[in-house]
Amino acid sequence: MINVLFFAKYREQLNMDSLQLDADFSSVQSVIEALKNKGDTWHQVFTQSGLMIAVNQQMAKLNSPLKDGDEVAFFPPVTGG
Amino acid sequence: MLVKVQHEDFDLALVRDYFKQYGAEVGAVVTFTGLVRDFQHQPGDKERVEALTLEHYPGMTESVLTQLAEDAKSRWNLTGVVIIHRVGTLHPGDNIVLVATASAHRQDAFNSCQYIMDTLKTTAPFWKKEETDHGARWVEAKQSDHGEMDKWQASAAPEDQKAN
Repeated sequence: MINVLFFAKYREQLNMDSLQLDADFSSVQSVIEALKNKGDTWHQVFTQSGLMIAVNQQMAKLNSPLKDGDEVAFFPPVTGG
Repeated sequence: MLVKVQHEDFDLALVRDYFKQYGAEVGAVVTFTGLVRDFQHQPGDKERVEALTLEHYPGMTESVLTQLAEDAKSRWNLTGVVIIHRVGTLHPGDNIVLVATASAHRQDAFNSCQYIMDTLKTTAPFWKKEETDHGARWVEAKQSDHGEMDKWQASAAPEDQKAN
């Protein structure tokens, strides 16, 4: 199981702050492919440039490996400070 | 080191009080305070920013800021570091972020304070949403902020900087 979180603009566009995926995923890329298939809005969010990824609250990349129970977060470029 | 993400305002007096614990080791303190400004506003614009809402990623935010303070301590000779970032709804003129560095000498305090701010802008998971009199919108990240951070990655190794 993978716990997926969305923040800021993505959370609003998807109208959801989190979801759980029950299947096995080998990498962040494979999660993105699964989410893209959920519909037009999902496809649009996950093809935007600047997508940032964190796995277990550490910055990650598309090819970062995943294991059961991981927390994967997707968010747009950060704008704090 | 003191790292906090909070709704409440902060007072700069906390920096002086916090660094007191280090006594006479401290020869220089640099503080940076970021304020909310009506930053999209240009003369003649009809749209005004009335409020800003800051969202963050609880847990990750604190660990990124703590790691950032540790990084700064490994790059420069620092006695102490304070990073406080506010979240929630803020208004133009409100305090938004405080970074303070204490060191024996001013150069380490100046450089590390700027390094922390430049890096925070592009790596800490905060997002600003502006409420204007014409509706709400998410603030877009600025490419220039990445340029500021890249500059530090290209800069001299820590040992060279400590020698100055």
